[in-house]
Amino acid sequence: MDSYINIKVRVWRQAGPKAQGHFETYELKHIFQGASFLEMMDILNEQLIAERKDPIAFDHDCREGICGMCSMYVDGHPHGPDSAITTCQLHMRHFHDGQTITVEPWRSRAFPVIKDLMVDRQAYDKIMQAGGFISVNTGGVPDANAIAIPKPVADEAMDAASCIGCGACAAACKNGSAMLFVSAKVSQLALLPQGKIEAAKRAKAMIAKMDELGFGNCTNTGACAAECPKSVSLANIARLNREFICAKLKD
Amino acid sequence: MWLKDSSIGRKLVMSLSGLFLVLFLLFHGCMNLALVFSEKAYNTICSLLGANWYAIIGSLVIALFVLIHFCYAFYLTIQNLRARGNDRYAMTARQEGVQWASKNMLVLGICVIGFLVLHLANFWFKMQFAELTGIETSAFDPQDGAGLVKFMFAGNGAWSIVLCLLYLVWLAALWLHLSHGVWSALQTLGWSSLIWLKRIQVIGLILATLAVLPFVIVVVYYLGMGVGMM
Ligand code: HEM
Ligand code: SF4
Ligand code: FES
Repeated sequence: MDSYINIKVRVWRQAGPKAQGHFETYELKHIFQGASFLEMMDILNEQLIAERKDPIAFDHDCREGICGMCSMYVDGHPHGPDSAITTCQLHMRHFHDGQTITVEPWRSRAFPVIKDLMVDRQAYDKIMQAGGFISVNTGGVPDANAIAIPKPVADEAMDAASCIGCGACAAACKNGSAMLFVSAKVSQLALLPQGKIEAAKRAKAMIAKMDELGFGNCTNTGACAAECPKSVSLANIARLNREFICAKLKD
Repeated sequence: MWLKDSSIGRKLVMSLSGLFLVLFLLFHGCMNLALVFSEKAYNTICSLLGANWYAIIGSLVIALFVLIHFCYAFYLTIQNLRARGNDRYAMTARQEGVQWASKNMLVLGICVIGFLVLHLANFWFKMQFAELTGIETSAFDPQDGAGLVKFMFAGNGAWSIVLCLLYLVWLAALWLHLSHGVWSALQTLGWSSLIWLKRIQVIGLILATLAVLPFVIVVVYYLGMGVGMM
């Protein structure tokens, strides 16, 4: 049964990108376990505002696990200790009375801190701009069923497409590698006939961008897939490797 | 050059050089197993792989691959540390399904190379090197490999026991390195899918075990003999 708990929250506070950050511990009383983690953060911020202190900056938007805006490294896990969910889907029932919860921003060179728990994730957007699309002419919309696609293939593409670009993969990776994200974005297109045409070019362009932005080399530790809120599979990374190596060998 | 300048290219070099070394280990391990069955057979193999041109070329190629693997290991690890940034997490947790070995490949690799130096000094220097140069590097005839092995691992009193135990530590580090390395290498080559992911992980464990087990058998065989002789 959900009840009310008293907790301590140890939060990373950093005034700006260049400022020196530090941890600050706040006490929160009477938090309902049915509340979401972000609601708890809202309550904490109201408390800080009432005390005339600077509220904690953190990213959020949809609060239903689809936009990928929320981040936060909670007790050593991106998106918190529960599996296959985003921070906004995390609930206070995962914590107990008297617990100290440590909340940190994503830490990776390609994701610099903007303020407190907010990081700059434009690096992922830049990788997408480098090739994460298909080129089509505008005009009449072709019938979706005109090209038959086997169900297992469509399913696999759909699972890859469930990536919300949150950045937890690179944040969790000891090598600061973005391979799970890039492989999901390459796979969702490479698996389908419409995306196959540009598959080689896309893999090369996205990997070149990823390397340029300073992400690390994947060593298949698998922390990314274990922490991914959408359970994107490591198998996608193998597909990306395949696409890339074949494309380079053909050059 | 994409093999140096792209992350997947660098991984590919790591993967191919690692897999080549695994093949070498399988080959080396099988030959060593001969020791357990017949010292004569082992010495015949030794004479085939002594100072012949093909054995020398083979040794040079292996040394080249170790060098490539070693240099790339540091290159990759330094880049990865840099990609991680200067700020570390105050709190980290283990993720389910993430092997310890996979996060400590460089450390395990350094253990492997450290022991490798000891190993080369103990055996290669006294066998192929001695044969090549004609310099007497030990009391043993370079042709009598089995005699040397027996002396080192069983006939040298307490030192032999220590050496056996050191070798077992080495082999454990190697096995851990390979328990992640083999499947990771296959994944890097692109040989994985939703179904094959689990399979290549099992194949990796089997290959890692096959590559290390023959050496363990030989060491344990001599350890038993050495303890018996004490
Ligand atoms: C010379 C000392 C060694 C060092 C410093 C070393 C280091 C490393 C490192 C850091 C990796 C991780 C790279 C990655 O996963 O991408 C790795 C992978 C690997 N190593 Fe080693 N290693 C050494 C010796 C060996 C030996 C003797 C073998 C084989 C008998 C071996 C086989 C492998 C394999 C198969 C991989 C997997 C490649 C991959 O993940 O794509 N290594 N090694
Ligand atoms: S692969 Fe998973 S962890 Fe990485 S950005 Fe996409 S949803 Fe987030
Ligand atoms: S706020 Fe949109 S996914 Fe969490």
